[in-house]
Amino acid sequence: MADHLSEPFKKSAMTNEEIMKTQREMRIQFIAFAFMIALTFLAFIAVGAEVAPPGFVISFIIFLAFIQLFLQLYYFMHLKDKDHGWANTFMVSGLVLSIPTIVALILIIGVVKY
Amino acid sequence: MSETVDVSRGLPAHPERATLEGKNKFVGFWVFLSGEVTMFATFFGTYLGLRNGTAGGPEAADLFHMPLVFIMTMILLTSSLTSVIAITAMKKNQFKKMKLWMWITFFLGVAFLGFEIYEFVEYVHYGLGFSTSAFASSFYSLVGLHGAHVVFGLGWVLLLLIRYNRAGITLTNAPKFYMFSLYWHFIDVVWVFIFTVVYLMGIGGG
Repeated sequence: MADHLSEPFKKSAMTNEEIMKTQREMRIQFIAFAFMIALTFLAFIAVGAEVAPPGFVISFIIFLAFIQLFLQLYYFMHLKDKDHGWANTFMVSGLVLSIPTIVALILIIGVVKY
Repeated sequence: MSETVDVSRGLPAHPERATLEGKNKFVGFWVFLSGEVTMFATFFGTYLGLRNGTAGGPEAADLFHMPLVFIMTMILLTSSLTSVIAITAMKKNQFKKMKLWMWITFFLGVAFLGFEIYEFVEYVHYGLGFSTSAFASSFYSLVGLHGAHVVFGLGWVLLLLIRYNRAGITLTNAPKFYMFSLYWHFIDVVWVFIFTVVYLMGIGGG
């Protein structure tokens, strides 16, 4: 085992089933990418059109950003796959921790001062 | 967790996690990314707190241009997709294809970085120095930190590509390329929030 760490392989050990699975996943990832592009367009149009009140537009584009976050993490970074329990645990706790961080900073150095 | 990998049939379907080292790197890298999330949260929080403190200097709405930010966003999003394609090729043991898509990712990253440098130079010409105002400092810190991550990522993938130019996909370098792609996606996620919170909210006048 130890002697096969730095040698390339002549072929892939993927079974037909695994190849099919990879191709299906690739297709899903392309769809996720199309969604991300569409969401980006939507966010830029929402701001550029200047038809809705700023308060609504801002909450709307932040909502779109969270959808993109979800697509990146779960589809591009494979968090939805099996064997990603610990990855999910750490990522979700990081995200949960960052919400009070942001709120506290806005309140302490923003709202109080200006 | 088995210590031995069956290598007789060829490259395992998940070469990045076929060895114990790869598995450890995988978990360790997610811990690192989770720490990065928290670190970026402090920078975002600081920016959101200070963004109205322009001290008579240029304001967000005067500086930001939608077309430039839009192009940068598209470049980075596309580079995220190209690294996905590269990793899929890696799993299928297609070394040349993986190299090609990694190089495309690299050059898209370079283009993004070029735009970011151009952008900063422009802002300095408009009179937005690092210490002009609280807005300026927090803006340059947040976006600059993201830019520094891009620089680091570009250096990382360049080293990998040069070092393993002829190596083929092995159980040693597969985890390294995989971790790079995770890192690159993470940079893209951060950029999604930067263009939303910094640029679009700045232009939208929130």
